[in-house]
Amino acid sequence: MSATIVELKGVGKSFRSADGSARSVLKGVDFRLAEGEIVALLGQSGSGKSTLLRIMAGLVNVDAGDVSYRGQPLYGPARGVSMVFQSFALFPWLTVQQNVEIGLEARGIAPAERARRAEQAIELIGLAGFEGALPRELSGGMRQRVGIARALVVEPEVLLMDEAFSALDVLTGERLREDILELWNSGSMPTKAILVVSHNIEEAVLMADRVLVFASDPGRVRFQLAVQLPRPRDSNSVGVRTLVDEVYALMTAGAARSGRAATEPVRIHLADRLPEADIARMEGLLEMLLDDPFDGRADLPKLAEASELTDDELLPLVEALSLLELSRLADGDLHMTTAGREYVERSHTDRQKIFGRQLLAHVPLVAHIRHSLDQEPTGELPEEPFLRLLQESLDAAEAERVMRTAIEWGRHGAVFEYDYHTGLIHLPEDERPEVPPAASP
Amino acid sequence: MINKPFFPRQVVESTGNRWDWALLPLVLSLLFALAYAGSHMARPYAVGEAIPLTLDPWMLPYYLLRTTLRMFIALGASLIFSCVFAAVATKYRAAERVMIPMLDILQSIPILGFLSITVTGFIALFPGNLLGVECAAIFAIFTSQAWNMAFSLYQSLRTVPAELQEAARVFQLSGWQRFWRLGMPFAMPGLLWNMMMSMSGGWFFVVAAEAISVSNQNIKLPGVGSYIALAIEARDLGAVGWAIGGMMVGILLYDQLFFRPLIAWADKFRFEEGSAETEPSSWLLTWWRRTDRTQRLGQAAVRMFERSLMLFKQQHDGTSIRSRPSPPNPTIARIGDAALAAAVLFALWWLIGFVHGEVGWPEVIHAFVLGLYTMLRVLVLIALAALVWVPVGVWIGMNPRWAGRLQAVVQFLAAFPANLMFPVAVLLIVRWHLNPNIWLSPLMVLGTQWYLLFNVIAGASSVPTELRYAAQNLGLTGWLKWRRYLLPAIFPSFVTGAITASGGSWNASIVAEYVTWGDTTLQAEGLGSYIAHMTAIGDFPRIALGIAVMCVFVMSMNHFVWRRLYQMAQDRMHF
Repeated sequence: MSATIVELKGVGKSFRSADGSARSVLKGVDFRLAEGEIVALLGQSGSGKSTLLRIMAGLVNVDAGDVSYRGQPLYGPARGVSMVFQSFALFPWLTVQQNVEIGLEARGIAPAERARRAEQAIELIGLAGFEGALPRELSGGMRQRVGIARALVVEPEVLLMDEAFSALDVLTGERLREDILELWNSGSMPTKAILVVSHNIEEAVLMADRVLVFASDPGRVRFQLAVQLPRPRDSNSVGVRTLVDEVYALMTAGAARSGRAATEPVRIHLADRLPEADIARMEGLLEMLLDDPFDGRADLPKLAEASELTDDELLPLVEALSLLELSRLADGDLHMTTAGREYVERSHTDRQKIFGRQLLAHVPLVAHIRHSLDQEPTGELPEEPFLRLLQESLDAAEAERVMRTAIEWGRHGAVFEYDYHTGLIHLPEDERPEVPPAASP
Repeated sequence: MINKPFFPRQVVESTGNRWDWALLPLVLSLLFALAYAGSHMARPYAVGEAIPLTLDPWMLPYYLLRTTLRMFIALGASLIFSCVFAAVATKYRAAERVMIPMLDILQSIPILGFLSITVTGFIALFPGNLLGVECAAIFAIFTSQAWNMAFSLYQSLRTVPAELQEAARVFQLSGWQRFWRLGMPFAMPGLLWNMMMSMSGGWFFVVAAEAISVSNQNIKLPGVGSYIALAIEARDLGAVGWAIGGMMVGILLYDQLFFRPLIAWADKFRFEEGSAETEPSSWLLTWWRRTDRTQRLGQAAVRMFERSLMLFKQQHDGTSIRSRPSPPNPTIARIGDAALAAAVLFALWWLIGFVHGEVGWPEVIHAFVLGLYTMLRVLVLIALAALVWVPVGVWIGMNPRWAGRLQAVVQFLAAFPANLMFPVAVLLIVRWHLNPNIWLSPLMVLGTQWYLLFNVIAGASSVPTELRYAAQNLGLTGWLKWRRYLLPAIFPSFVTGAITASGGSWNASIVAEYVTWGDTTLQAEGLGSYIAHMTAIGDFPRIALGIAVMCVFVMSMNHFVWRRLYQMAQDRMHF
């Protein structure tokens, strides 16, 4: 086996939220990055894959476990590690050349030498002619090229890429990815290992020798998958398609939590996370599922393609629909349920009723809010007690997000209403008990 | 723009010395003027000696030069102070907890307060030399400039985007490199804007700073401020007119020669993408960029500076034991907290003892009542100013053709020291036998109302075009249009303007509630006139009391009124 560059043993990390409670984002992660490999990390947002990347970059210190770089303990950013950022993170006041040179300047390398090496990197990544431009003059794709040149010019052993292509349009992202792979394969870059964080399954399969899929709450490696397809890989080849399918199936199986069989309906607890799913998109997806060519049963990659949704947009929707039993996941395919069919075929008001019914039956948080409201003589309650309940198991920002989702769903299902200005949740107007006249506007 | 495409490159770039030659006289005369004024700052002087001053308008350019030099020295000092302050406050958590509230307090202390406490010390620093008095004046101007600059820089350093900070760390930038390559450039636009505001603020207090009449001192340093003070003593309205003219010329000059080029240059530090409706330009900067030799001089300086960046590099990376984060020591933190609490308690105890022994409690209550009067004035006047300027500002902001042109005018008006109009007010009040309690009040917002206006203009011009079309399409008119569309749309920028205006008005109350014209002194009942009066007679305990009460008022108003409104605007009224 080839030499290890970065090694993580039993790494754990928790962040302290505003209310002082600690939330664990990573727990017991073992990982090693060896020479000559490209590794991709996949997982839903909040699964700690970005944190893991930042731990390896030396930007985040761990609470538990050991991180070592070439056998030495790692306390901060190491010289041999370089990074490409999702939003490029270029210094807007420096020219392309100055941006590329920044890492060399920090190391105290003389201007002439700096210019020579920057020139090389700029040429390598196809930016020649743009040396004097300011980043704001460049398109997104060109900017990320600067980001890559800046990372490569310091001749890093390890290149970390944090969703480096996700801020770009599909075509540009693909081009850039191919360019990087070409450099990697031709051996013209000094880098010995690349770690890619991505939410795009196809991207991971096309690039990596190894794919690691992360599970959430707390983040941990759920499974690993070796990719032994020959390079260069074609995204339409059978090998790639099969693998992508496989990863999809494995990832969505996890939507049913804690390792249960995928066919079993998802059960969640009162204060569990709710997937961040937009109502209009859920409806759209349901309608698409019932229509041609799917007829109530869809392969997820095909559904992603047809709906033009990225994986991290699609997966929460699928999770939400399964949660509400409007659809069901089985063997990596999405199936329509009777409730889902009924929902799509009915009129707008009936849809709301069905949605509300499913909510009360399957989302304990919404059911609990409704139950509590029913007991109030005024039919209204402030949101804070519910938020506090959520904060006992989630951090403040996450609790807030879950609350927003619950409120959005509750509103759509006409289970309750919410006043933004007062922060009060109340029963729908037509179901409200007699309100004392003073309280009505 | 002079940048014509058919300009041959060789002419413009290679030996374009004609630009150099043309710039040379300007540079030389500036250098000469600085040296001349500087040499006059340090000369023998004994306390009590009268410095010859005349009301001759021909002396005004010289006075203007002296004053401007003082203001720029103070500005430089403020800049250094801001850098050190912001760097320390962002680096050390413990320091931050003390320094930020400290700045809040310093900000609400009126300039006269600083002057009366420090003037004797400064004079003692350079015995037998004018430099001591000069330092006192410069320090007074400094106190009217430094705080908002320091705060702006600190705020910017706090809000540097996380990814850029991460990039700086990954690429091994040292603290020094990070400050100059990331923090400072990011903060530059905000800092420059605050420097301009500071200059205007400095002009407002230039009379108080140069014609030092606190703590039984009576020194008039040569300068525009003293000229005005002299003109007021002599009841010479013509001289006041000359001073106003001179000041306008001065403001125009440093705007064109200093701030405009800086702002045009700093445009590259703008962080937001796009939205460059009007790129600031400056003839001087364009000129400078076309020079050959002169520009090379500048580039050499930049290279020297960049060498310092290479010098202070990070010696070790994240694999060295020196990068190992030391866990926070709870004992030290606790000792720190205890020391802080003890200091606060001690200060409180001392304050109570002081009030009890020196001034007595009825005086405190009296000061608070006066504070209420001044607060009432501030609130009523800001409301009145809002009634006038909100519709005007909305109208201007919605007409982009006017917005660009008028914004420059309004900025100039804000830079113009409103206290020059005070003598006119005194004349009118005496002439018509008006009640000074009411009629002196408008002077407080004379200078600060402009903040309201140009914030409203900015707010109105940033209303999304689609919303504008929607409002037109729906046929919103009259009160409904204001209530549902215009007022909520400009609310956040209105609040920002009102905060600045209110802070400025409190400070201005010291000058505005106690106005003199020759031997006529008009006084309005209020905290400002209380402080001004006590400063004039040099009653230290009561000055301190007045300042403390004003601090309490300003800070509680910031906390209970403005910050809430600001929060509300942030939460639910933005696009």
